[in-house]
Amino acid sequence: MGQKVLLSEKEINIILHRLACQLLENHLDFKETVLIGIQPRGIFVAKRLTQILREEYGVTRIQTGYLDITFYRDDFRRGDRVLEANKTDIDFLVEDKKVVLIDDVLYTGRSIRAALTAMQSFGRPKEIELLTLIDRRFSRHLPIQPNYRGRQVDAINDERVKVMWEENEGEDVVYLVNG
Amino acid sequence: MSELSVHHLLGIKYLNEADIDLIFETADQFKEVINRSIKKVPSLRDITIANIFFENSTRTKLSFELAEKRLSADVINFSAGQSSVKKGETLIDTVNNILSMKVDMVVMRHPNPGAGIFLSRHVKASIVNAGDGAHEHPTQALLDSYSIREKLGGVAGKKVVIVGDILHSRVALSNIFALKLQGATVKVCGPRTLMPKHVESLGVEVEPNLRKALNWCDVANMLRIQNERLDISYFPTIREYTQQFGVNRKLLDSLDKDIVIMHPGPINRGVEITSDVADSKQSIILNQVENGVAIRMAVLYLLASKIK
Repeated sequence: MGQKVLLSEKEINIILHRLACQLLENHLDFKETVLIGIQPRGIFVAKRLTQILREEYGVTRIQTGYLDITFYRDDFRRGDRVLEANKTDIDFLVEDKKVVLIDDVLYTGRSIRAALTAMQSFGRPKEIELLTLIDRRFSRHLPIQPNYRGRQVDAINDERVKVMWEENEGEDVVYLVNG
Repeated sequence: MSELSVHHLLGIKYLNEADIDLIFETADQFKEVINRSIKKVPSLRDITIANIFFENSTRTKLSFELAEKRLSADVINFSAGQSSVKKGETLIDTVNNILSMKVDMVVMRHPNPGAGIFLSRHVKASIVNAGDGAHEHPTQALLDSYSIREKLGGVAGKKVVIVGDILHSRVALSNIFALKLQGATVKVCGPRTLMPKHVESLGVEVEPNLRKALNWCDVANMLRIQNERLDISYFPTIREYTQQFGVNRKLLDSLDKDIVIMHPGPINRGVEITSDVADSKQSIILNQVENGVAIRMAVLYLLASKIK
Protein backbone atom coordinates (compact mmCIF):
# COMPACT_ATOMS: atom_id res chain seq x y z
CA MET A 1 0.00 0.00 0.00
CA GLY A 2 1.68 3.19 -1.16
CA GLN A 3 0.78 6.73 -0.37
CA LYS A 4 1.83 10.11 -1.68
CA VAL A 5 1.35 13.53 -0.24
CA LEU A 6 -1.40 15.40 -1.98
CA LEU A 7 -1.35 18.51 0.19
CA SER A 8 1.30 19.59 2.67
CA GLU A 9 0.64 21.53 5.86
CA LYS A 10 1.50 24.77 4.09
CA GLU A 11 -0.81 24.05 1.16
CA ILE A 12 -3.67 23.10 3.49
CA ASN A 13 -3.19 26.36 5.33
CA ILE A 14 -3.27 28.41 2.13
CA ILE A 15 -6.36 26.58 0.93
CA LEU A 16 -8.19 27.06 4.25
CA HIS A 17 -7.44 30.78 4.15
CA ARG A 18 -8.71 31.01 0.59
CA LEU A 19 -11.90 29.15 1.52
CA ALA A 20 -12.40 31.45 4.51
CA CYS A 21 -12.06 34.48 2.22
CA GLN A 22 -14.57 33.03 -0.23
CA LEU A 23 -17.04 32.45 2.61
CA LEU A 24 -16.45 36.00 3.81
CA GLU A 25 -17.16 37.45 0.36
CA ASN A 26 -20.51 35.70 0.19
CA HIS A 27 -21.65 35.90 3.79
CA LEU A 28 -20.10 39.17 5.07
CA ASP A 29 -20.84 39.38 8.81
CA PHE A 30 -22.24 35.82 9.15
CA LYS A 31 -25.34 37.15 10.93
CA GLU A 32 -27.65 35.00 8.83
CA THR A 33 -25.15 32.22 8.16
CA VAL A 34 -24.25 29.11 10.15
CA LEU A 35 -21.43 26.65 9.51
CA ILE A 36 -22.18 22.97 9.99
CA GLY A 37 -19.40 20.38 9.97
CA ILE A 38 -20.40 16.84 9.03
CA GLN A 39 -19.32 14.18 11.53
CA PRO A 40 -16.84 12.71 11.96
CA ARG A 41 -14.20 14.37 9.71
CA GLY A 42 -15.90 17.50 8.45
CA ILE A 43 -15.81 19.02 11.91
CA PHE A 44 -12.04 19.57 11.69
CA VAL A 45 -12.46 21.67 8.55
CA ALA A 46 -15.35 23.57 10.15
CA LYS A 47 -13.33 24.26 13.31
CA ARG A 48 -10.31 25.52 11.34
CA LEU A 49 -12.42 27.79 9.16
CA THR A 50 -14.23 29.19 12.20
CA GLN A 51 -10.86 29.84 13.86
CA ILE A 52 -9.46 31.62 10.82
CA LEU A 53 -12.61 33.74 10.38
CA ARG A 54 -12.57 34.70 14.07
CA GLU A 55 -8.89 35.32 14.61
CA GLU A 56 -7.73 36.69 11.28
CA TYR A 57 -10.80 38.33 9.83
CA GLY A 58 -12.47 39.52 13.03
CA VAL A 59 -15.82 37.81 12.48
CA THR A 60 -16.98 37.83 16.09
CA ARG A 61 -20.30 36.06 16.06
CA ILE A 62 -20.12 32.97 13.96
CA GLN A 63 -22.21 29.94 14.78
CA THR A 64 -20.72 26.50 14.16
CA GLY A 65 -22.42 23.16 14.72
CA TYR A 66 -21.63 19.50 14.13
CA LEU A 67 -24.05 17.21 12.38
CA ASP A 68 -24.06 13.42 12.66
CA ILE A 69 -25.58 11.76 9.61
CA THR A 70 -25.35 8.09 10.71
CA PHE A 71 -29.09 7.60 11.13
CA TYR A 72 -29.79 9.12 7.71
CA ARG A 73 -27.33 7.11 5.63
CA ASP A 74 -28.56 4.89 2.83
CA ASP A 75 -26.03 2.09 3.40
CA PHE A 76 -27.41 0.92 6.76
CA ARG A 77 -27.30 -2.93 6.75
CA ARG A 78 -25.65 -2.91 3.32
CA GLY A 79 -22.00 -2.82 4.30
CA ASP A 80 -19.93 -5.19 6.40
CA ARG A 81 -19.47 -2.75 9.20
CA VAL A 82 -21.98 -1.46 11.71
CA LEU A 83 -22.58 2.25 11.42
CA GLU A 84 -21.57 3.80 14.69
CA ALA A 85 -23.16 7.09 15.60
CA ASN A 86 -21.29 10.29 16.43
CA LYS A 87 -22.50 13.32 18.28
CA THR A 88 -24.75 15.96 16.80
CA ASP A 89 -24.13 19.30 18.43
CA ILE A 90 -26.25 22.10 17.01
CA ASP A 91 -27.39 24.54 19.67
CA PHE A 92 -29.01 27.09 17.37
CA LEU A 93 -31.94 27.18 14.98
CA VAL A 94 -31.29 26.75 11.26
CA GLU A 95 -34.76 27.96 10.33
CA ASP A 96 -34.40 30.65 7.63
CA LYS A 97 -30.61 30.66 7.98
CA LYS A 98 -28.02 30.24 5.25
CA VAL A 99 -26.30 26.96 6.04
CA VAL A 100 -22.83 26.05 4.84
CA LEU A 101 -22.34 22.28 5.08
CA ILE A 102 -18.68 21.41 5.50
CA ASP A 103 -16.92 18.10 4.88
CA ASP A 104 -13.35 17.03 4.26
CA VAL A 105 -13.77 14.86 1.15
CA LEU A 106 -16.61 14.86 -1.37
CA TYR A 107 -16.68 11.46 -3.05
CA THR A 108 -19.94 9.76 -4.11
CA GLY A 109 -22.16 12.51 -2.70
CA ARG A 110 -24.15 10.06 -0.57
CA SER A 111 -22.98 11.56 2.73
CA ILE A 112 -24.09 14.97 1.54
CA ARG A 113 -27.46 13.53 0.50
CA ALA A 114 -27.78 12.12 4.05
CA ALA A 115 -26.72 15.46 5.52
CA LEU A 116 -29.38 17.29 3.49
CA THR A 117 -32.02 14.91 4.89
CA ALA A 118 -30.64 15.26 8.41
CA MET A 119 -30.80 19.06 8.12
CA GLN A 120 -34.55 18.81 7.65
CA SER A 121 -34.82 17.56 11.22
CA PHE A 122 -33.53 20.89 12.42
CA GLY A 123 -35.83 23.12 10.43
CA ARG A 124 -36.03 24.69 7.00
CA PRO A 125 -32.91 26.69 6.12
CA LYS A 126 -33.15 29.54 3.64
CA GLU A 127 -30.43 27.98 1.53
CA ILE A 128 -27.73 25.36 1.86
CA GLU A 129 -24.24 25.55 0.38
CA LEU A 130 -21.53 22.91 0.37
CA LEU A 131 -17.86 23.38 1.15
CA THR A 132 -15.33 20.54 0.85
CA LEU A 133 -11.59 20.51 1.25
CA ILE A 134 -11.12 17.79 -1.38
CA ASP A 135 -13.43 17.20 -4.32
CA ARG A 136 -12.98 13.79 -5.94
CA ARG A 137 -14.61 14.69 -9.22
CA PHE A 138 -15.82 11.99 -11.64
CA SER A 139 -16.74 9.77 -8.63
CA ARG A 140 -20.21 11.05 -7.97
CA HIS A 141 -23.25 8.75 -7.64
CA LEU A 142 -25.59 11.68 -7.13
CA PRO A 143 -25.89 15.08 -8.79
CA ILE A 144 -24.16 16.99 -5.99
CA GLN A 145 -21.42 19.60 -6.46
CA PRO A 146 -19.65 21.83 -3.94
CA ASN A 147 -20.03 25.60 -3.91
CA TYR A 148 -16.55 25.94 -2.41
CA ARG A 149 -13.79 23.43 -3.02
CA GLY A 150 -10.24 23.31 -1.71
CA ARG A 151 -8.59 21.03 -4.26
CA GLN A 152 -10.00 18.95 -7.06
CA VAL A 153 -8.58 15.43 -7.31
CA ASP A 154 -8.87 12.84 -10.05
CA ALA A 155 -8.50 9.61 -8.12
CA ILE A 156 -9.30 6.16 -9.44
CA ASN A 157 -11.62 3.94 -7.47
CA ASP A 158 -9.18 1.90 -5.40
CA GLU A 159 -7.38 5.05 -4.34
CA ARG A 160 -8.37 6.74 -1.12
CA VAL A 161 -7.92 10.29 0.05
CA LYS A 162 -6.81 10.47 3.67
CA VAL A 163 -7.02 13.83 5.42
CA MET A 164 -5.01 14.08 8.64
CA TRP A 165 -5.30 16.86 11.17
CA GLU A 166 -2.81 18.11 13.72
CA GLU A 167 -5.32 17.91 16.59
CA ASN A 168 -6.26 14.33 15.75
CA GLU A 169 -3.38 12.61 13.98
CA GLY A 170 -0.53 14.94 14.93
CA GLU A 171 0.05 16.46 11.47
CA ASP A 172 -1.79 18.48 8.85
CA VAL A 173 -1.43 16.55 5.61
CA VAL A 174 -3.56 15.01 2.86
CA TYR A 175 -2.44 11.68 1.40
CA LEU A 176 -3.53 9.80 -1.69
CA VAL A 177 -3.42 6.14 -0.68
CA ASN A 178 -3.26 3.24 -3.14
CA GLY A 179 -5.26 0.06 -2.45
CA MET B 1 -15.82 -0.71 14.59
CA SER B 2 -17.78 -2.15 17.47
CA GLU B 3 -20.98 -4.10 17.19
CA LEU B 4 -23.19 -6.12 19.51
CA SER B 5 -21.97 -9.63 20.31
CA VAL B 6 -25.51 -11.00 20.02
CA HIS B 7 -28.18 -11.25 17.32
CA HIS B 8 -31.08 -11.22 19.78
CA LEU B 9 -31.63 -9.41 23.06
CA LEU B 10 -32.88 -12.28 25.18
CA GLY B 11 -31.46 -11.26 28.51
CA ILE B 12 -28.72 -9.25 30.16
CA LYS B 13 -26.86 -12.45 30.97
CA TYR B 14 -26.02 -12.91 27.28
CA LEU B 15 -24.43 -9.45 27.00
CA ASN B 16 -20.95 -8.31 27.90
CA GLU B 17 -19.70 -4.99 29.20
CA ALA B 18 -18.73 -3.73 25.73
CA ASP B 19 -22.29 -4.43 24.50
CA ILE B 20 -23.74 -2.35 27.31
CA ASP B 21 -21.30 0.50 26.61
CA LEU B 22 -22.21 0.44 22.91
CA ILE B 23 -25.94 0.46 23.69
CA PHE B 24 -25.48 3.41 26.06
CA GLU B 25 -23.34 5.38 23.59
CA THR B 26 -25.91 4.83 20.86
CA ALA B 27 -28.73 5.76 23.26
CA ASP B 28 -26.94 9.05 23.99
CA GLN B 29 -27.29 9.96 20.32
CA PHE B 30 -30.93 8.88 20.18
CA LYS B 31 -31.66 10.91 23.29
CA GLU B 32 -30.44 13.94 21.38
CA VAL B 33 -32.71 12.94 18.47
CA ILE B 34 -35.84 12.58 20.61
CA ASN B 35 -35.30 15.99 22.13
CA ARG B 36 -35.34 17.71 18.72
CA SER B 37 -38.47 19.28 17.34
CA ILE B 38 -38.48 16.58 14.62
CA LYS B 39 -37.94 13.39 16.57
CA LYS B 40 -37.71 10.89 13.76
CA VAL B 41 -34.83 9.38 11.79
CA PRO B 42 -35.11 7.13 8.72
CA SER B 43 -32.65 4.40 9.85
CA LEU B 44 -35.08 1.44 10.02
CA ARG B 45 -37.18 2.44 7.03
CA ASP B 46 -37.00 -1.01 5.41
CA ILE B 47 -37.44 -3.02 8.62
CA THR B 48 -40.73 -4.51 9.82
CA ILE B 49 -41.13 -5.15 13.52
CA ALA B 50 -43.87 -7.21 15.17
CA ASN B 51 -44.74 -6.43 18.76
CA ILE B 52 -46.16 -9.66 20.14
CA PHE B 53 -47.56 -9.30 23.62
CA PHE B 54 -48.90 -12.47 25.20
CA GLU B 55 -49.25 -10.62 28.46
CA ASN B 56 -50.68 -7.20 29.23
CA SER B 57 -48.36 -4.27 29.12
CA THR B 58 -48.95 -0.61 28.66
CA ARG B 59 -45.75 1.31 29.14
CA THR B 60 -43.27 -1.21 27.72
CA LYS B 61 -45.42 -1.67 24.64
CA LEU B 62 -45.89 2.07 24.15
CA SER B 63 -42.19 2.68 24.69
CA PHE B 64 -41.18 0.05 22.11
CA GLU B 65 -43.77 1.26 19.65
CA LEU B 66 -42.61 4.84 19.98
CA ALA B 67 -38.97 3.76 19.58
CA GLU B 68 -39.84 1.79 16.45
CA LYS B 69 -41.82 4.63 14.93
CA ARG B 70 -39.09 7.16 15.67
CA LEU B 71 -36.70 4.91 13.76
CA SER B 72 -39.21 4.81 10.85
CA ALA B 73 -39.76 1.03 11.07
CA ASP B 74 -43.04 -0.54 9.93
CA VAL B 75 -44.83 -1.80 13.02
CA ILE B 76 -47.47 -4.46 13.51
CA ASN B 77 -49.02 -5.20 16.87
CA PHE B 78 -50.36 -8.44 18.16
CA SER B 79 -52.01 -9.08 21.50
CA ALA B 80 -52.81 -12.60 22.62
CA GLY B 81 -56.08 -11.41 24.09
CA GLN B 82 -57.78 -10.97 20.72
CA SER B 83 -56.06 -13.74 18.77
CA SER B 84 -56.04 -17.38 17.76
CA VAL B 85 -53.96 -18.16 20.84
CA LYS B 86 -57.31 -18.31 22.57
CA LYS B 87 -58.30 -20.96 20.04
CA GLY B 88 -55.36 -23.15 20.96
CA GLU B 89 -52.66 -22.03 18.51
CA THR B 90 -49.10 -22.70 19.67
CA LEU B 91 -46.42 -20.04 20.11
CA ILE B 92 -44.42 -21.33 17.14
CA ASP B 93 -47.47 -21.35 14.87
CA THR B 94 -48.47 -17.87 15.91
CA VAL B 95 -45.02 -16.49 15.32
CA ASN B 96 -44.47 -18.38 12.07
CA ASN B 97 -47.68 -16.91 10.77
CA ILE B 98 -46.48 -13.46 11.66
CA LEU B 99 -43.05 -14.11 10.15
CA SER B 100 -44.68 -15.22 6.89
CA MET B 101 -45.66 -11.60 6.61
CA LYS B 102 -41.89 -10.90 6.23
CA VAL B 103 -41.22 -9.53 9.65
CA ASP B 104 -37.56 -8.79 10.44
CA MET B 105 -37.73 -8.36 14.20
CA VAL B 106 -40.02 -9.57 16.96
CA VAL B 107 -40.46 -7.79 20.27
CA MET B 108 -42.11 -10.31 22.53
CA ARG B 109 -43.55 -10.36 26.01
CA HIS B 110 -44.60 -13.76 27.26
CA PRO B 111 -45.72 -15.09 30.67
CA ASN B 112 -43.34 -18.05 30.47
CA PRO B 113 -39.64 -17.74 31.30
CA GLY B 114 -37.45 -18.72 28.35
CA ALA B 115 -40.11 -18.05 25.69
CA GLY B 116 -37.75 -15.69 23.85
CA ILE B 117 -34.90 -18.20 23.85
CA PHE B 118 -37.24 -20.91 22.56
CA LEU B 119 -38.41 -18.64 19.79
CA SER B 120 -34.90 -17.54 18.78
CA ARG B 121 -34.03 -21.18 18.11
CA HIS B 122 -36.97 -21.70 15.78
CA VAL B 123 -37.38 -18.51 13.79
CA LYS B 124 -35.00 -16.42 11.75
CA ALA B 125 -36.09 -12.97 12.91
CA SER B 126 -34.19 -11.02 15.53
CA ILE B 127 -35.91 -11.42 18.92
CA VAL B 128 -36.09 -8.75 21.61
CA ASN B 129 -37.31 -9.98 24.97
CA ALA B 130 -39.78 -7.47 26.41
CA GLY B 131 -40.24 -9.56 29.55
CA ASP B 132 -40.53 -13.32 29.89
CA GLY B 133 -42.38 -14.31 33.02
CA ALA B 134 -40.33 -13.77 36.16
CA HIS B 135 -37.12 -14.31 34.19
CA GLU B 136 -35.64 -11.24 32.46
CA HIS B 137 -36.65 -7.79 31.22
CA PRO B 138 -33.40 -6.65 29.62
CA THR B 139 -34.42 -3.27 28.18
CA GLN B 140 -35.80 -2.22 31.57
CA ALA B 141 -32.51 -3.11 33.26
CA LEU B 142 -30.58 -1.25 30.57
CA LEU B 143 -32.67 1.87 30.97
CA ASP B 144 -32.35 1.65 34.75
CA SER B 145 -28.54 1.46 34.59
CA TYR B 146 -28.50 4.20 31.95
CA SER B 147 -30.60 6.43 34.22
CA ILE B 148 -28.23 5.78 37.14
CA ARG B 149 -25.26 6.59 34.93
CA GLU B 150 -26.94 9.80 33.82
CA LYS B 151 -27.81 10.87 37.37
CA LEU B 152 -24.64 9.79 39.21
CA GLY B 153 -22.10 9.91 36.39
CA GLY B 154 -21.44 6.18 36.38
CA VAL B 155 -22.55 2.80 37.60
CA ALA B 156 -19.24 1.24 38.68
CA GLY B 157 -18.72 1.44 42.43
CA LYS B 158 -22.27 2.60 43.16
CA LYS B 159 -24.40 0.90 45.80
CA VAL B 160 -27.87 -0.07 44.67
CA VAL B 161 -30.63 -1.68 46.69
CA ILE B 162 -33.57 -3.34 44.98
CA VAL B 163 -36.58 -3.28 47.29
CA GLY B 164 -39.72 -5.39 47.17
CA ASP B 165 -40.94 -8.49 45.39
CA ILE B 166 -37.68 -9.99 44.16
CA LEU B 167 -39.23 -13.44 43.75
CA HIS B 168 -41.65 -12.51 40.98
CA SER B 169 -39.60 -9.76 39.41
CA ARG B 170 -37.90 -10.03 36.05
CA VAL B 171 -36.84 -6.44 36.55
CA ALA B 172 -34.89 -7.44 39.67
CA LEU B 173 -33.06 -10.31 37.98
CA SER B 174 -32.10 -8.32 34.88
CA ASN B 175 -31.09 -5.39 37.06
CA ILE B 176 -28.86 -7.56 39.21
CA PHE B 177 -27.10 -8.92 36.09
CA ALA B 178 -26.72 -5.47 34.51
CA LEU B 179 -25.55 -3.68 37.65
CA LYS B 180 -23.06 -6.38 38.61
CA LEU B 181 -21.70 -6.47 35.07
CA GLN B 182 -21.01 -2.74 35.29
CA GLY B 183 -19.30 -2.99 38.66
CA ALA B 184 -22.03 -1.84 41.08
CA THR B 185 -22.66 -3.45 44.46
CA VAL B 186 -26.20 -4.72 44.82
CA LYS B 187 -28.33 -5.61 47.82
CA VAL B 188 -31.91 -6.80 47.80
CA CYS B 189 -34.44 -5.93 50.46
CA GLY B 190 -37.95 -7.24 51.03
CA PRO B 191 -39.99 -9.79 52.92
CA ARG B 192 -38.17 -13.12 53.24
CA THR B 193 -41.18 -14.78 51.59
CA LEU B 194 -40.55 -12.70 48.44
CA MET B 195 -36.85 -13.56 48.22
CA PRO B 196 -35.89 -16.31 45.79
CA LYS B 197 -34.01 -19.25 47.33
CA HIS B 198 -30.25 -18.96 46.89
CA VAL B 199 -30.53 -15.33 45.74
CA GLU B 200 -27.07 -14.82 47.28
CA SER B 201 -25.61 -17.03 44.57
CA LEU B 202 -26.22 -14.14 42.15
CA GLY B 203 -23.66 -12.15 44.13
CA VAL B 204 -26.12 -9.99 46.04
CA GLU B 205 -26.60 -9.60 49.75
CA VAL B 206 -30.03 -9.77 51.39
CA GLU B 207 -30.78 -6.90 53.78
CA PRO B 208 -34.12 -7.46 55.51
CA ASN B 209 -34.12 -4.04 57.18
CA LEU B 210 -35.20 -1.23 54.86
CA ARG B 211 -33.72 1.59 56.95
CA LYS B 212 -30.31 -0.11 57.01
CA ALA B 213 -30.52 -0.77 53.28
CA LEU B 214 -31.37 2.86 52.52
CA ASN B 215 -28.60 4.13 54.78
CA TRP B 216 -26.15 2.00 52.86
CA CYS B 217 -27.17 2.71 49.29
CA ASP B 218 -26.77 5.47 46.67
CA VAL B 219 -29.82 4.32 44.72
CA ALA B 220 -33.02 2.56 45.81
CA ASN B 221 -34.94 0.81 43.05
CA MET B 222 -38.45 0.27 44.41
CA LEU B 223 -40.34 -2.58 42.79
CA ARG B 224 -44.06 -2.84 42.40
CA ILE B 225 -46.03 -5.31 44.46
CA GLN B 226 -47.36 -7.52 41.69
CA ASN B 227 -50.75 -8.40 43.07
CA GLU B 228 -51.55 -10.32 39.90
CA ARG B 229 -48.70 -12.74 40.52
CA LEU B 230 -49.33 -13.20 44.23
CA ASP B 231 -51.49 -16.31 44.13
CA ILE B 232 -50.91 -16.99 47.80
CA SER B 233 -50.33 -14.60 50.68
CA TYR B 234 -46.66 -13.68 51.00
CA PHE B 235 -47.27 -11.05 53.63
CA PRO B 236 -50.14 -10.39 56.01
CA THR B 237 -51.53 -7.16 54.60
CA ILE B 238 -50.58 -4.41 52.16
CA ARG B 239 -50.65 -2.04 55.13
CA GLU B 240 -48.06 -4.13 56.95
CA TYR B 241 -45.90 -4.34 53.80
CA THR B 242 -46.00 -0.56 53.45
CA GLN B 243 -45.04 -0.07 57.06
CA GLN B 244 -41.99 -2.29 56.69
CA PHE B 245 -40.91 -1.81 53.08
CA GLY B 246 -42.59 1.38 51.88
CA VAL B 247 -40.54 4.56 51.45
CA ASN B 248 -42.00 7.84 52.65
CA ARG B 249 -40.68 11.36 53.04
CA LYS B 250 -40.14 11.00 56.79
CA LEU B 251 -37.96 7.95 56.29
CA LEU B 252 -35.91 9.63 53.54
CA ASP B 253 -35.46 12.78 55.64
CA SER B 254 -34.15 10.72 58.55
CA LEU B 255 -31.25 9.42 56.41
CA ASP B 256 -27.95 11.26 56.50
CA LYS B 257 -27.76 11.55 52.68
CA ASP B 258 -29.87 12.12 49.57
CA ILE B 259 -30.42 8.83 47.79
CA VAL B 260 -31.82 8.43 44.27
CA ILE B 261 -35.26 6.82 44.04
CA MET B 262 -36.21 4.68 41.04
CA HIS B 263 -39.31 2.71 40.14
CA PRO B 264 -39.98 0.72 36.96
CA GLY B 265 -43.69 1.59 37.13
CA PRO B 266 -46.56 1.38 37.30
CA ILE B 267 -46.43 2.74 40.84
CA ASN B 268 -48.83 1.61 43.53
CA ARG B 269 -48.87 5.07 45.09
CA GLY B 270 -48.86 4.86 48.86
CA VAL B 271 -47.67 1.23 48.83
CA GLU B 272 -44.02 1.01 47.69
CA ILE B 273 -43.53 4.76 47.77
CA THR B 274 -45.69 7.67 48.81
CA SER B 275 -46.74 10.30 46.27
CA ASP B 276 -44.50 13.01 47.72
CA VAL B 277 -41.48 10.72 47.26
CA ALA B 278 -42.49 9.65 43.76
CA ASP B 279 -42.83 13.29 42.70
CA SER B 280 -39.78 14.59 44.56
CA LYS B 281 -36.44 15.79 43.15
CA GLN B 282 -34.77 12.62 44.36
CA SER B 283 -37.01 10.51 42.14
CA ILE B 284 -35.84 9.84 38.57
CA ILE B 285 -38.94 7.86 37.60
CA LEU B 286 -39.88 10.12 34.67
CA ASN B 287 -36.27 10.19 33.46
CA GLN B 288 -36.46 6.40 33.36
CA VAL B 289 -39.48 6.61 31.07
CA GLU B 290 -37.76 9.07 28.71
CA ASN B 291 -34.56 7.03 28.70
CA GLY B 292 -36.61 3.91 27.95
CA VAL B 293 -37.40 5.17 24.46
CA ALA B 294 -33.76 6.08 23.74
CA ILE B 295 -32.48 2.73 25.04
CA ARG B 296 -35.03 0.78 23.00
CA MET B 297 -34.16 2.81 19.90
CA ALA B 298 -30.50 1.95 20.46
CA VAL B 299 -31.20 -1.77 20.94
CA LEU B 300 -33.42 -1.97 17.85
CA TYR B 301 -30.95 0.03 15.76
CA LEU B 302 -27.95 -2.09 16.77
CA LEU B 303 -29.78 -5.39 16.29
CA ALA B 304 -31.25 -4.27 12.96
CA SER B 305 -27.79 -3.41 11.67
CA LYS B 306 -26.96 -7.12 11.98
CA ILE B 307 -29.88 -8.25 9.83
CA LYS B 308 -28.58 -8.98 6.34
